Amino acid sequence: MNALTRTFHRWGSPPTFYRFAGRALPWLGWPALLLLLHGLYAGLVQAPADYQQGDGFRIIYVHVPAAWLSLFIYTSMAVAGVIALVWRMKVAEVYLRDAALAGAGFTAVALASGMLWGQPMWGTWWVWDARLTSELILLFLYLGVLALDQALPEPRQAARACAILAIVGVINVPIVHYSVEWWNTLHQGSSLSRFEKPAMPASMYVPLLEVALGTMLFYGWFVLARMRGSILLRERRQSWARAVAMEGA
Amino acid sequence: MSEFLAMGGYARYVWPSIGLFVGLLLWMALSARSHHRRALTRLRSVERGAA
Repeated sequence: MNALTRTFHRWGSPPTFYRFAGRALPWLGWPALLLLLHGLYAGLVQAPADYQQGDGFRIIYVHVPAAWLSLFIYTSMAVAGVIALVWRMKVAEVYLRDAALAGAGFTAVALASGMLWGQPMWGTWWVWDARLTSELILLFLYLGVLALDQALPEPRQAARACAILAIVGVINVPIVHYSVEWWNTLHQGSSLSRFEKPAMPASMYVPLLEVALGTMLFYGWFVLARMRGSILLRERRQSWARAVAMEGA
Repeated sequence: MSEFLAMGGYARYVWPSIGLFVGLLLWMALSARSHHRRALTRLRSVERGAA
């Protein structure tokens, strides 16, 4: 067993992960809070109004980060699903359920804020175009994972079912991302590209990047904090979990 | 201030969007903390019951 494999299995051990997550929480939570506060302030107050969409464009400061997180979380769930099926790591199994909660929330907010943007800009709340429809399917996939987890009483059996759905459903992620290029959609193209100069000035896109990074760090904080509780419940018969509870750590 | 709140006539679209996003983050923060606290409480009650 090489060093990489040993490290991988050590982090997959519930007590090691529990302690690591506890130490990582402040390093994620405080930067997330600062970035979110500053990014939202800069986006809502300091950024100039768009020359075509006016102040209505400011919805992107919550819509785009929520949509990015909805794709990122599902992709990470598919990776966790592979780890859960191949190596049967409890940490990966716990991640699937707790990540799906946040993923469903971000997808719902991306859809709702998109509708609130669509009404004044397109003149309609909803169209069945490829981007909106594939994002709605993503929400159903998240709800499917949560429903499977609730429906099966045995945790390992539920985790296997959730892992399979996460892996199969990940095919929808590139469809959501590339739908605006593959099909003629009413939804506009990507707001920011890794390879092209941004179409908006720095005073508009820097706050967007701040909110997006802050949301990502906040998600990291959320999932680690929630997983600590879930791991304790899953490991409640183990001596380390009982010791942690009695110490109040 | 009232000009800022009016959002150039888009207030009824912008503020609900911001509210949904901030509401989700608040729910996530409260849910994560209470989930961990509930787990600790449950384990402690089991331990005390066993003792």
